[in-house]
Amino acid sequence: MARLEAVLELADDHLILGHRISEWCGHAPMLEEDLALPNMALDLIGTARVLYDHAAKLEGKGRSEDDLAMLRVEREYRNCLLVERPNGDFAQTMLRQLYFAAFMEPFWKAALGSSDEIIRGVAGKAVKEMAYHIRHAGEWVIRLGDGTEESARRMQGAVTELHRFTGELFESSPAAAACEAEGVLPVRADMRGDWDRVIGMVFGEALLEQPDIPFPQTGGRAGIHGEQLGHLLAEMQYLQRAYPGAEW
Amino acid sequence: MYSQGLIGADSTTEETPEFLARFQARIDAEEKIEPNDAMPEGYRRTLVRQIGQHAHSEIVGMLPEGNWITRAPSLKRKAALLAKVQDEGGHGLYLYAAAETLGVSREEMTEELHAGKAKYSSIFNYPTLSWADIGTIGWLVDGAAIMNQIPLCRCSFGPYARAMIRVCKEESFHQRQGYEIVMTLARGTPAQREMAQDALNRWWWPSLMMFGPHDADSEHSDQSMAWKIKRFSNDELRQKFIDATVPQAEFLGLSVPDEDLKWNEEKNGYDHGEIDWSEFWRVVKGGGQMNVDRIRDRKAAWDNGAWVREAARAHAAKRATRKQAAE
Repeated sequence: MARLEAVLELADDHLILGHRISEWCGHAPMLEEDLALPNMALDLIGTARVLYDHAAKLEGKGRSEDDLAMLRVEREYRNCLLVERPNGDFAQTMLRQLYFAAFMEPFWKAALGSSDEIIRGVAGKAVKEMAYHIRHAGEWVIRLGDGTEESARRMQGAVTELHRFTGELFESSPAAAACEAEGVLPVRADMRGDWDRVIGMVFGEALLEQPDIPFPQTGGRAGIHGEQLGHLLAEMQYLQRAYPGAEW
Repeated sequence: MYSQGLIGADSTTEETPEFLARFQARIDAEEKIEPNDAMPEGYRRTLVRQIGQHAHSEIVGMLPEGNWITRAPSLKRKAALLAKVQDEGGHGLYLYAAAETLGVSREEMTEELHAGKAKYSSIFNYPTLSWADIGTIGWLVDGAAIMNQIPLCRCSFGPYARAMIRVCKEESFHQRQGYEIVMTLARGTPAQREMAQDALNRWWWPSLMMFGPHDADSEHSDQSMAWKIKRFSNDELRQKFIDATVPQAEFLGLSVPDEDLKWNEEKNGYDHGEIDWSEFWRVVKGGGQMNVDRIRDRKAAWDNGAWVREAARAHAAKRATRKQAAE
């Protein structure tokens, strides 16, 4: 059961971030980004689907990937707080992506040695995608941080807004800790070095400062989310809720 | 960057009768016209207008479908819809690139769209009200677009023709995907079936209007036919579309909302009721329910993104300066 919960945490992270990114579709600052953002959303949703399917099989109660995604409520969702944060402006969206990908890339790399075959399979694909997300989002953080006065102000504002949610990435829930002990998942705290290195490098070029965080925010793994997640789920789950049992 | 060399280039060509005859002879010999070839100004203008409109349609078309990405009913449908809307953006990008080879920049075309000076397909001025609309747009709207665009793969202007080959492949995939969504609904619960029929009722006539006015009322048609930009008339293409689509609706058990629709053995095609051209012209002229919203949304995306594009330019300039200083 620990494995089921830990896989759901990962699946929820990917779905919620993918959903957030998909909200940009058709509204990006330039056409190239209207192509790049759905690309990243597709990577994340693709990963989420495999993980939900895995979770559903681990549970063995005949639920499907869509049952898990569409029919759980806020308190049952286990994603970290970072991924559910509203898109804000383009600076916030890109920084959130960089923070997440800079964690997931070393995580998936380490997960290539997982004792769980499905996790190994997901890792093989996701590690390449996350490297691309780091590159794409990182380049934007640099451009915006070292661009105009306005973009620099917005970028630093994004750091102030989002940095307090990054600590949660390195925390392991009891379920995740159990999986780490069994060699199913990498130890989340071990990603700190790689994450600091990537963020440090990007921030150096972007002329950004990592702020002190007096009050880091956590709670997602226990289902204590921000108020916006419920709205996201209400929108995402609308058809499944309005027409129970229908096939789409 | 090849295209940018041409932007603002003096394209005036002396259009002597000999020049025009030589140009027409190339067209008649099915030679492709390429960006650097001499061409009549009217030919260039027609293509800039048509390719620009086509590109704008792809971009504006992302909005009504994008309206359902966050509400797609399953993860599989969400991924497919995202990929589809992304494809439309990709079509827009290479269509703008094709138009740029004629000496007009993407920025100029975008500004014309926002100023209401450039048109886009009127079909996108209708709202998407249910999930069935997403399937129906794929089935009917992309289906009609394919009918229009397959002949464009043989268009006399090389870059447009080549872009259309890829666009058509993707559109044909979208069309099948849309039909599959509608089929799932038509075979689903009574509420889903009703949703599918309602969508067909709303999208049928606007889809027929996508082929443009009757041949007799179409102002650009004759010259475009002679230049082989256009290969079939509006009414011919519309008829092909109806003949292909009515059996698809019958297969789904849905009824086409046209009381006058009936098979005509003699012409080996369907006779259909008259299109409400007053509605067509009203929407073309800006009176559709979504005309104002669509342009407002596109403008908002552009305006809200201005600081991002400025920052990218400023950063690139700083980099170039630093590189120069280092050398």
